Order: sequence, then structure tokens, then C-alpha cells
Amino acid sequence: MITEADVRYVARLARLHLEPDEVGRMTGELAKILGYIDKMGELDIAHVRPLAHGLDVVNVLREDVERPSLSQHDALKNAPAVSDASFRVPRMSQR
Amino acid sequence: MTVLDPLRLTAVEAKRLLVEGEISAAELTKVYLDQIDAVETKVGAYILVRGDDAARYAARIDQEATAVRGALSGLPTAVKDNMVTEGTVTTCASHILHNYLPVYTATAVRKLFDEHVVMLGKTNLDEFAMGSSTENSGYHTTHNPWDLARVPGGSSGGSAAAVAAGEAIWGLGSDTGGSIRQPAALCGIVGMKPTYGAVSRYGLVAFASSLDQIGPLTRSVADCALLLHHIVGKDPADSTSVELPEEIRMPAARRLDGLRFGVPAEYLGAGVEDGVRASFEQTLRRIEELGGVCEPTTLPHTDYALSAYYIIAPAEASANLARFDGVRYGHRAAQADDLIEMYERTRGEGFGPEVKRRIMIGTYALSSGYYDAYYAQAQKVRRLVSEDFARAFEQIDVLVSPTSPTVAFPIGSRVADPLAMYMSDVCTIPVNLAGLPAISIPCGLSGGLPVGFQLMGPAFSENRLLDAAHAIEAAVGFDAAPSFRDTGAGPAAGGLERGGLCSLAEKEAVDG
Repeated sequence: MITEADVRYVARLARLHLEPDEVGRMTGELAKILGYIDKMGELDIAHVRPLAHGLDVVNVLREDVERPSLSQHDALKNAPAVSDASFRVPRMSQR
Repeated sequence: MTVLDPLRLTAVEAKRLLVEGEISAAELTKVYLDQIDAVETKVGAYILVRGDDAARYAARIDQEATAVRGALSGLPTAVKDNMVTEGTVTTCASHILHNYLPVYTATAVRKLFDEHVVMLGKTNLDEFAMGSSTENSGYHTTHNPWDLARVPGGSSGGSAAAVAAGEAIWGLGSDTGGSIRQPAALCGIVGMKPTYGAVSRYGLVAFASSLDQIGPLTRSVADCALLLHHIVGKDPADSTSVELPEEIRMPAARRLDGLRFGVPAEYLGAGVEDGVRASFEQTLRRIEELGGVCEPTTLPHTDYALSAYYIIAPAEASANLARFDGVRYGHRAAQADDLIEMYERTRGEGFGPEVKRRIMIGTYALSSGYYDAYYAQAQKVRRLVSEDFARAFEQIDVLVSPTSPTVAFPIGSRVADPLAMYMSDVCTIPVNLAGLPAISIPCGLSGGLPVGFQLMGPAFSENRLLDAAHAIEAAVGFDAAPSFRDTGAGPAAGGLERGGLCSLAEKEAVDG
């Protein structure tokens, strides 16, 4: 059974800030949803090969030739903060 | 001048009127913009209406020589707001993209632009296409034109409602677990999810990459074929896209002689409403009158498909949505001392409750210690679901079922219970897991609300499905139109004053 501690741990993995009241609500909802999903456990399918994709398409390669791509100007257009020609972000860690 | 009824006019007929010079693109566009003016405050189908741009572009088309006009020239089109459009804000109905101005256009949309369609605007959806009612939109809920107190379905509820309400002649949607077919069914129109890979996903903001597929929402099966014809094809920018073995033809079938229709028992379980069942069974009788053979069949792992889907789709979503981190585009939290806190706060502020739930389920299912129990198990179930279909198609040509077990449900009736909302897609999810094509057509009314009839086929059987659907459509003769009545239960429509319009105004203010 999923606990509030699990929810806080998974939220950290997902880089998702949850307010304290969201943690409680999320725990209840996830427990119910996962409880339904656990139905899959009824199936004895150890021997079945997993299927990742509906179609049998593997290793789609293209010619290794240069093509135009997004310009630096366009790539930076939507950025919340830009410094010279780069995305500007807060510092990585506390001093 | 020809009097045009936007609630009845098909794209095929409008194309003929345009080509024969009986109407101009400007006149046709005005019909739809007038209808938007008349009903959009009640329906709320759009996040953004580009009325002036559309009118200007239509007038320009009219100046062009006939010879250089595109094959879909002048047809007023709605585009779901999870397909990027260069220079037009694309929000995915999420606050995290409230100000996102794409620098390129999705391939499917560009192909329609190449044929000179007139884009009227961007339509509402459940945030990042996660939902079955549009109630998860970060901006407003879309209302069903048949009863404004009810949902239009989702996640392509905006495009479906726009077409049903005569606010567009047709529209594009995307379908990950039923997001084209279920709203088409609930709004009384045609919706098709093509075979996985038939339409490029380039520029479709990814939800679950192995399941997502773009497709048409239209007033008729012929319109569906016409629109599909122009968006399919291999695209170097999407390595999962493929060339179809044959081109999409206009459907012409009148009879169904010799065609074998399988009715999977698992799709007609206890959750199917009586009215839906009655309408479905009546349609089976129409099929037999047309010479088709209906026989019971079985897809034994159907019960487990929903479970597998609600692991696979959130798992892929949790990875895809990692890109929304406040660095390159969209919302960024103002208060954050370091990078990690900026990520966490940006995402906490920007995503709505359902998107957070899916990210959490997906991250949990992929996390160390749970991967085998959930994700690996779900991929095995996916194989079993796919093999069920393969076995059925050895005996029969087309599988048929209700598209949705219920008609449109009241706004607010399922929001408090995510699992109940997930059950809305029980009939539509399996084909996404298997990558197969399916179409929903209206087959009748139950309590004054439309019922959808689903046809599913093997990979790349689009022409077969369109032909069969076309013959059934003619036999059913569904000719009801929505009344815009309000039975009173729901809150007022969001209308045009919120959402993307504000975003666009803000964006323009920022850009000067």
C-alpha cells in the first residue's frame, strides 16, 4: 500500500513540488488507482514477451547528412531567462 | 447566394461549392466565424479564436487563381491546442505553456496549411490530453452542444464540440486512449484514430509516444477520408511514421456483402447503458440488412487493457513531461533559490491535478523496485491484448462495439473520482495498445444524446473501415443536430475571455 512517505519520495524523483494537502489527497487517489491496476497481477504471464510498441518498426536510421535545424535565435525565443546566447538558470547548489 | 447551415454542411459539399465558384472562401469563413460569435460563449470549444487572421487569409485565397489553390482551399478548420503552430500560442491547455509561442508547425497541420485550409483557432482539451471530458483543461471546461450541462468528452473535446456546434467544418484531434473517438461519439460526429505511424507526430506535444496518434474529427465519413488523405505519410522528422501501403480513398461502398463483423462480448459488459446498447444492436441489424455478417467474438484480455494502459501511458508521460522544467520555454517559478527548487516549483505551479497524478503514477511505476511489478507486467499485458486482436482478425474483417459505454455525462459528475473517469475509455483504449485503426460514427440518440458506434480493423485497414463506416452511415441516416439546450446542472461556460486569448495578449505585450 502506497504511503505518504512514498508519495513524497516519488514527487522528489519527478521534480514535482506538492503542497502538504496535495500529498494526502494524492496518496488516497494513487492507492485507489494502483489497487485497480494490481488486477494485472492475477495473470500468470512470466513467459510472455513484453511489447513496447504496436508496430514492428526497429532501428529507423537516416542518412548521416547535415540538414538545417532550429537556429540559436529561435531556440532561445521562448526562454524565461537568457544570458548572452545561453539559457540562464538559478545556481546549481547553495553556497 | 447559397444559404449555408454550419450545423449540416459537410467539407466535401463545401469544397464542391468553392470549386464551382458558388461561394467564396471569405463567405464560407464568415459563416463559421458568425456561428462562433453566436454560440461560443455557451460551448467554449476554443482556447484561441483567430477570427481576423482567418478572415484575412480566406480573402487572400479568393484572390488566388483557381489553378494554384490547394485541394482543401478555404475549408475552415479547428486544431487541437496540443499541435504546435508557428506564431500562434500553443498551450496544451496547461498553465505551464500559457505563453509558449512555437517556432515551427506540426507536420499534420503544415500539410493542411499546404492545401490552404483556413485555421479558425486552437481548441480546448484536457491538459496535455490527459482526460475524457475537457474538465482537466487549465483554462475552462467545454460544454456539449447537445446539452450544455454535459461534457463533450475528451481529451479532444474542444475540436469535437467545435465541429458539432458548427464552429468549424472539421478539426484535428489526437487519440492516445480514445481522445478522438470518445468525444466524437459524445458530440454526435465522426472521429478516427488511424493506425499508429500513419500520421506524423512531429509537433504533437508528446503525451505517450507509443500510443499517440493524430486524426480527423468530421461531420461525415467522406469528410474523414478527405482529411485523413491529406495528413498521412512518412515524415523524416518522426521516425515512427510510415508510408501507408495504399492511399486513403474516398469511400463509396453502399453494401457490406460478405464482410464479417465481430462483436466482442467483453465490450458489452455491465457498464454499457441500456440506451447505448439498444442503439448499438439496432446498428448491427442495419449491417445485416446491408449484407454484412455479425458474429460474436472474444478479446479475452480486454479487462486488463485498462490496467496496462494506466501504467504505460503515465510512464511515458512522466518521461515526456520532464522537458517542462522552466529552462527553455513556458512558465518559470519566481521564487527559487537553486536549480532543483526552480524545477520543482515550476512544475508544481504549472501542472494541474490530473497531470500531476499521471506523472506520479508513471514515476512510481518506473522507479526501482516497482518496475517489474508494474511497467514490465503492463508491457506483457500489452502483448496479450495485441495478440487477442490478431487472433480475432483471422476470423473476421471488422470488430464493432459501442465507442463509449455511456452517453455524455453531466459536468462535474466524475471529477472527484479519477478511476471512474478512466473507465470512460474502456472501449477505446485496447486499439491504442495494439496500434490499430478505429473509427467512431454516430448511430442514434439515447435520451436526446448521441451514441457512437466504433469499428476497429487490422493495421492499415483504414480504407476498409472508411468504406464500411460509410455504408453504415448511409443506412443509419443520423441527421439530428444539437439543440444547445441547457438542462441546468453545470456551471457557466468559460467562453472566450480567458485562457489562450489572455496568454496571446500578454505575449504580444511582452514582445511589443
